[in-house]
Order: sequence, then C-alpha cells, then structure tokens
Amino acid sequence: MTTYFAGNYDVAVIGAGHAGIEAALASARLGCKTAIFTINMDAVGNCPCNPSIGGTAKGHLVREIDALGGEMGKTADECFLQSRMLNRGKGPAVHSLRAQIDRRKYSDTMKHKLELQENLELRQAEITDIQKSENGYILTTRMLAVYECKAVIIATGTYLGGRIFVGEVSYESGPDGIFPATELGKSLKNLGLPLRRFKTGTPARVLKSSIDFSELEVQKGDEPPQPFSYETENLGENKVDCHISWTNDDTKQVILENIHRSPLYAGRIEGVGPRYCPSFEDKIMRFKDKPRHQLFIEPCGLGTEEMYLQGMSSSLPEEVQLKFYRTIKGLEHCVIMRPAYAIEYDCVDPLAMNATLEFKDFPNLYGAGQFNGSSGYEEAAAQGLVAGINAALKVLGREQIIFTRDNSYIGTLVDDLVTKGANEPYRMMTSRSEYRLVLRQDNADERLTPLGYEIGLISEERYNKFLRKQEQKKAEIKRLKSTVIAPTEEVNNILVSRETSEITTGVRLIDLLKRPQLGYEELKTVDTDRPDLDPNIFEQVEIEIKYEGYIQKQLKQVEQMRKLETKLLPKDFDYREIKGLRLEAQEKLNKIKPLNIGQASRISGVSPADISVLLIWLAQNK
Amino acid sequence: MNEKTIAAISTAQGEGGIGVIRISGEKALEIADRIFKNINNKKITEMKGYTAAFGKICHNGEEIDEAVALVFRAPHSYTGEDVVELSCHGGIYLTKQVLRAALSAGAYPAQAGEFTKRAFLNGKIDLTEAESLIDLISAKSKSAARAALFVKDGALRKKIDGVKNDLLSLVSHLSAWADYPEEDIAEVTDDMISDTCKNSVTALEKLLASYDSGQAVKQGIDTVIAGKPNVGKSTLMNLLSGCEKSIVTDIPGTTRDIVEDTVLVGDVILRLSDTAGLRETEDAVEKIGVDRARKRLTQCGLLLAVFDNSRELDEEDKALLESAKDVPSIAIINKTDLEQKLDISYISDNISKIVYISAVNGEGHEELVKAVEEIAGTANLNPSEGILSNERQRLAVSNALNSIKEAENALSMGMTFDAVTVSLEDAISELLELTGEKTSDEVIDRVFHNFCVGK
Repeated sequence: MTTYFAGNYDVAVIGAGHAGIEAALASARLGCKTAIFTINMDAVGNCPCNPSIGGTAKGHLVREIDALGGEMGKTADECFLQSRMLNRGKGPAVHSLRAQIDRRKYSDTMKHKLELQENLELRQAEITDIQKSENGYILTTRMLAVYECKAVIIATGTYLGGRIFVGEVSYESGPDGIFPATELGKSLKNLGLPLRRFKTGTPARVLKSSIDFSELEVQKGDEPPQPFSYETENLGENKVDCHISWTNDDTKQVILENIHRSPLYAGRIEGVGPRYCPSFEDKIMRFKDKPRHQLFIEPCGLGTEEMYLQGMSSSLPEEVQLKFYRTIKGLEHCVIMRPAYAIEYDCVDPLAMNATLEFKDFPNLYGAGQFNGSSGYEEAAAQGLVAGINAALKVLGREQIIFTRDNSYIGTLVDDLVTKGANEPYRMMTSRSEYRLVLRQDNADERLTPLGYEIGLISEERYNKFLRKQEQKKAEIKRLKSTVIAPTEEVNNILVSRETSEITTGVRLIDLLKRPQLGYEELKTVDTDRPDLDPNIFEQVEIEIKYEGYIQKQLKQVEQMRKLETKLLPKDFDYREIKGLRLEAQEKLNKIKPLNIGQASRISGVSPADISVLLIWLAQNK
Repeated sequence: MNEKTIAAISTAQGEGGIGVIRISGEKALEIADRIFKNINNKKITEMKGYTAAFGKICHNGEEIDEAVALVFRAPHSYTGEDVVELSCHGGIYLTKQVLRAALSAGAYPAQAGEFTKRAFLNGKIDLTEAESLIDLISAKSKSAARAALFVKDGALRKKIDGVKNDLLSLVSHLSAWADYPEEDIAEVTDDMISDTCKNSVTALEKLLASYDSGQAVKQGIDTVIAGKPNVGKSTLMNLLSGCEKSIVTDIPGTTRDIVEDTVLVGDVILRLSDTAGLRETEDAVEKIGVDRARKRLTQCGLLLAVFDNSRELDEEDKALLESAKDVPSIAIINKTDLEQKLDISYISDNISKIVYISAVNGEGHEELVKAVEEIAGTANLNPSEGILSNERQRLAVSNALNSIKEAENALSMGMTFDAVTVSLEDAISELLELTGEKTSDEVIDRVFHNFCVGK
C-alpha cells in the first residue's frame, strides 16, 4: 500500500472532542498552522454522557477556560437549555454553575467554529501511526495520508483501543457506536508511552413519551439564568425542566439478583473506573444500607425525545437494565432508546508529562483530556487549552506557560495529574483545591484574563473591557467605604428582619455588607446612589468584603507554598545520589522530576522527612 | 553527606555489665578493623550487615578487653551509615579505653545527639522522632525520659491524631456535601460542626495545660528558698538533698549566681537558689541584695517559704508572705518538735500548701514531695497520656486551637460553611505539622536551627 504526502502543519491535534477542540482553536488562534483529526465528522464536540456542562468545580473550569479565551463556555451558553448555580447557600467558594445543553446543537456549533477558524483545518481521518521525525512527528492516516507536524497533541478520549461492555456482550467500539482507534495505541506503545486501561460508563437514554412525569419532582432552572462566558450578554430564558426520581427496594433487588452478569463483577473489565462517578450497580454494592438513590431525568435537546437518566450508569445486560429502570417511579413503562454501557480505553500515565502537558521524554508531543487519565468534558477542555497553548508557544519559540495551583483550578488539575498521577479517572472537585476562597468561579476573569491577554487569546477589545470592569469595581469599593447609612427606621427594619443588630449611629455601607446576614439585595432600598453595574461586579465586591479575612488567610497559605516553590530542584539529576532519601522517594523523584520543593512535597511516596533531606541537600549544594 | 566517622560510648556511663562503643560513618568498618582482632581472623570490612564477631580490642599493641562486634551496613543501621557496635565489659575505665582506641584509629568524638542527627539527615527517622530522641538524650529525670519516650512511641501522636481525625472527617463531610450537591449526602448542620469544634477545643486545651507540667518535668522549676536567718533553710536543704540527685546539674543558657543545687523531688526537678533575707535595710550594699532577692521571688516558678514554728511571726515573715501571694508557694514550718508559737492561720490565709518538717526526727519528707508534685501539676500528670514537650509543639497546638475557635466564631456569626472550612483546614494543617506529616517553611527552618547543617 502506498502512502501519500498530505501536508505540513505546525501543530496537529488527534481527536476533536472537548480537549481537541480547545487545543486546536488555541493553537490556530496563536498563529500556528493547525490540523485537527476526527474519526467521524459527526462526532466533533460530542457529549456521549450527560447533556450538561459545568457542575461543582467543573463550572469553575469552564469559567476559567472562558477567562483565558477558550470556547467551551461560549458554546455552552449558545446551546443552553437550563442553567442552575449549584450550592447556593453553601458559600461562594463552592458556587458552581451547571447548564443543561442541547447536545446535537453543541456538537454542530463546535464543528462549525472549527471550520470557520483561520489557520485551522478539520479532517475526518483515523490516525493509525505516529513516528518521531527530525523536525517533529509524522502522522499516517487509515487512508494512507502522511502529515508532517512540528508538534502533536494526543486527545483520543475513550476512542483509543475502545471496548464496550454490556453484560456478556463486548466488542471494540468508540462511544455512541462510532469506530474506535484500533491502530494508534500500538504505535504509541512502540514509541514508548506508558499506556494503561481505564473505564467509564454512561446510563441509558429513554424515550420521553414513555416516562410518566406526573408524579415526579420538577427541577427548574435559576431565574434569571447565569451564563458561563464573561462575553455572553444575553443568555435568554430557561427552555426545559429536569425531573427527579428515586430508586427503591425493588431496584436494589434486581441489581443484587443480576450482579453476576456485570462484566465488572465477573472480572471481564480490567480497566480502572472512577470512584467519583460509579455505575449504579457499584453504588448498590458499595452502599448496601442505603435504601434509595436519587436520579435526574434530563432532556438531551430540543430536537430529540431522548432523555438522559443521570446517576443510572450501568454495564449490566440490556434486559436487566430495562428491568431495573422499570422499578423506578415514572419509568414503569420506559422504553430504552440507547442502552447504558461501560467503555474501556487506553490512556497514558500522566506522570510522564510536564506541567505544560508535554511529554518529558518526547519533546513537542503533548497529551490532553481523557487520554491523560481524567474524566469529564470540562477537565478535558481545560487540558486541551493548556496543551494547545503550550504546543503553539513552543513551535513559535515562545516560553511555555505553567498554570499554578494558586491561580486556577486548571493549574490544580494539571499539577495533580503530573505530580500525583491518576490511579482512576480524575474528576475535578472543589476539595482538590486548597485555595477555594481565592479560586472562585466569579473571579476567574480577574485571575486569568490578563494572562490570556499576554498569551494572545484575549483580544484588545475584550481586555480593555476587562480593565474598565476592574476600574468600576475599584470605584464601587471606594463608594462603599465613603457612603454612610443613617440609622433610620427603614434601615433598622431591614436589619431586624434579617436578624442582625440595629444601628444607632451612621454606619458605612461597607460595614453593613460585612455582616453575613446582609447583601446588596437586602440593602437595595436604602442604598439609593448605587450605580448601574455589571451584576458580576456586585457579586465579586460583596464576596471580597464579606470574606476578606478568610481570603487573606488563604493568600497567606499561598505565600507559604510559593516559598517552597521558589526552592528549585535540578532538572537532570539522579536522586539515587542522595543517600538519605528512601528508595520509594528516590524512584518517584526520578520519575516525576519535580520542578521545585513545593511540587516534590505533593508527590505521594515522598514523605516530609524526604523533603527535609532534599532541603538540606539543596542548602549544602548551593 | 557526613564525611567524618564518629564514635561514642552509647551506654550509660557507670558501673554497668556491658559497655557499647558505637562507630558510625563511611570508615566505621575500617576503623573497627584497626582496633578489633577477630578470633577467626575475618576482617570486619569483609563481614556482612547484621552479623557479629567475637574478638579482642587492641590498642598500641596492647589488649584492652574482649568484645563482640556487631556490623550494620548502610543504609540498614540506626544512622543509615555503616555502623560497628563494640560490646565490651562495662565500667567507665574500660569503655573509655576502647573509645580512646577508636578515636586514635581515626574516628571523631560524636557530639551529643549526633547519631540521632545523622539518622534524621539520612532519612531514617522523621523530625518528631528526632526531636523526642533529642529530648530523651537530654532528659534530666526519669519522668522526663519517660515522657520523651512516649512522644516517640506515639502517646502524644495518638492524642493529636484523635483530634485531627475528627476534624478531617468533618471537613471531608463538608467537602462531599459541597462537591456532590445532587448525591443526597446528609446535610452538614451547625450542630455537627460546633460539636466537633467543642470536643477538639477541650482536647487541645487539656494538652496545652499539660505543657507547663511537662516543662516542670523536663526543664525543672526555678525554686527559691526564702526565710529569715536561722529559720531552718539548711534543714530544708538537707531534707531535699536526701532526695535523688538529678543527673545533670548545669543548665546551659541560664545564668544564676547562686544556684545551690539541682534536686529531684519525686518526679520534679527543682533548681534551687537561696536568697538573702527580705528585711528593710538602710545599708546600700545590702539593699541591692534585698532588691535582687525580691525580684527573684517574683520571677521564680516555686517559692519555698520557711518559717520557725517556735517563734512568732515578725515583719520579715509577713513581707515574705506578701511576696508569696504572687507565685506558686509552699509554706515550710520548721522545728515542729518545739512548742508552737507561730500563727499558722495567718500563714494559711496567704499560702494554702503547708508542710511541717523537723530536723530532729526527720519528719516531712513525703509531705514535701507530695506538695511539690501537686504544685508542679505532675501529681496528676501521666506521661503515658502524651504531653507537649517543646515550644514548637506548644505553638502548633495553640495555633490549631485558635483556628478552631475562629471556626466556631465564624459559625456563630452566620458565615457560610466554606469560610468555616478555611479555619478548620488551618487547624488540621497545624496538627499535621506537629506530627511531621506536613512540611512547611517553618518546619524546615527549624531543621536548620536544631541541626547545624547547611552552608
């Protein structure tokens, strides 16, 4: 068979899922000639699991991607069906936006954006081979086209060596019945990448008209709904409702009777699945005492009758799925359109990568998304952005960017992956960040937009808008400091109704806002000179005032960690030379090659005693 | 990392059955070979780790003693270096001879705690262990040694772990509740948080309270014996001298012009000093002495105020009682064999603890011990419960305590749980540093402070 030369690219992206899209757009927007390959043109930006974007900590990621000039937030806004801010009342650190989206529209929108993007070419092609070349890498497609690329980003998702499991049935496949990538895995192994198997799964989609919604609890969106993107000005109204139902004893019974037919419990799946997103049979087996489990019934789009059963992922046989779904209130007569399945796939050990997401031993080769051992659309998109930015910067001869734990969840995600590794698909959670009150979803622009501008992904216009917003914010804080509220009856009535103490003398607005019981909303009738500002400014100002002490506390911790991170470790060094380190620590340090003491201290298997030894060694070898 | 090979006698110096000389460092095996003649002629440098040999210690062609040599090879030894332990017959003279032989064969004398320091630097023990071993090495009483041992073996650790685990499970519940808003996880209530906080506060406060008692055990208490002339201070001294003498008498870093003695009373070390009388005087020189005595009275950790049972209270006695109000005091009534003229009730109005002693019939020793232990807080102090033994530990617990109180405060103010969590996490982080499970810049600074390493 004869190959043919099909072109040169600065950056090639393998896979056009959520990671690949952000990677390709970032690279093209930074001026690199970029190609993005997908096995199926109709699977660009596919959402093979839940029809929603965001959620706890994931919402933070989407906001951060947007603040850096990424695409996920904007497209989610364009395709939104319903939006909710989760965790209201639990505090601003854990507020997280989640939107139900129109799944097909999302995919089409993203595909169109790729098609329109300057410097970017979208190709339907399965990459079957990758070889190192003098100037980068050579990619060969199933159709024998050969591409020469200076840098390559692997974002193969669950396609790489994908295998579906439904009960006793198992076959090679990507998600949603799309072909898997069967050849590339071998090629990557030959290249020397440390691959392993992970698994994930998805619930069934059922026909809307077969569900009885009459007795189910309705879950409506927020009024007014909030957008993800700082650039979305008019989101429109919520378009759909979701519904809540519960499993019961009968459901449990069906699972227990059929658990031997689960490929996981029968030992047919070797891949490691996420604890954080377990299949329903996993939940039953692990929490046997729990009488019932919640599920959400979510529409997949406006142009389809498919309904997604959140929380009901399964790899049991199709007939068992039908049986246990039908024990659930509202689903008694449900019709399954797509069965639930588990999917096993190849991914890489992220410890082989730098915090730029470039492989340590393979210059100009990057990885992103599920291929790196993560789970979730948002985690994938975040890494895609990081890999895309850095591959482009590298090709352009510019300095690469490392996102940090103290500037973003993105940085936390990447640092966790490349420092701690992933023993199961990694899901972002707010508890992964030690600086939650600093890394809020409301201030993502403040944290990252200047950086996005510096990189070149934020336009001059958007940056100026951001600067104006910051000016307005400053002025508003000044106004709060200088405005004194007199102790009128009206004011005290509000205070009493909010169960906080009355005032007897004039009090500055800022001091009233400090009270946990009061906010802009409560004070609007007495704060008569309030300017008309972007609601996000009020949100940020109120949080910063109210939580000032706690934010300061976390900033202090940030300072402490930075001190450890200024203690740099050598890049090319054999840690076996330091006798005092325990064997495990030597091995881990040699594998991960942390940049500094701070990163070293986060490696599991490197104890504080090892860190002391490292520090002493550093001091002695200065 | 350490080029010098060091040696020291590592058993207690005195008349013991066996004395052990430990040699540690790169050249330990070579040095041992120079002074140890194996009975079967095999060289120590050829021996494997964890093996023993019987032979003779020779120095300058002279046989000093028979000995057993134990060989440990790096990193499988206490210090992580090559180590040879020579067990010879005990006794100060013999062990010193063997040590001298090792030193002249190329070893350097080990500083106090240097084996431990090397063990730490070589990653064999962590900082808390090293710290408690250093405490153990410099322990001045049995109780101190026992307390130090318990830190090492984890009594303190267990206590801290208890609090830490409670806080961790609360914080992880808070995290799960925030991270999985749709997973129907039990709601975290104000009561759950405040209960955990309250229990943690109680436990940590108890630990902090034990700190001063711990210090009394470890460092000793500055004790002043005061009373007018001829009241019987020397009787008291004699009585105290009957107590077990402490091992170490000079305390580095402290300057005391009139330290009479350091004695062990029960479990408590008393660092005794005598004072000039407290009477009013016109004499300029004497006045300086009296002023100094007054000052010392106000700063001491324990005042033993001595009174004469056979004489009535005078102005000087009353001045002494006045000073006793501000410091922990014990009134010592001497000469109980003589007829009582002393107004005991006046004394007991000022000092609640009274001990009667008599030089003639030797009464009062047990009562004195009991009173001292009660005052020092060691009477109820069980070292096996874990006590805080140094300033770093005290500070960490005190910081953790403050953070928990902040969390309680935030909760009662009506702050959201994410703010409360910030303080709880601070507390956990302090406790992790205490147990050595977390490294921070401060911990590391202390490494450099405690162990003279680096540039």
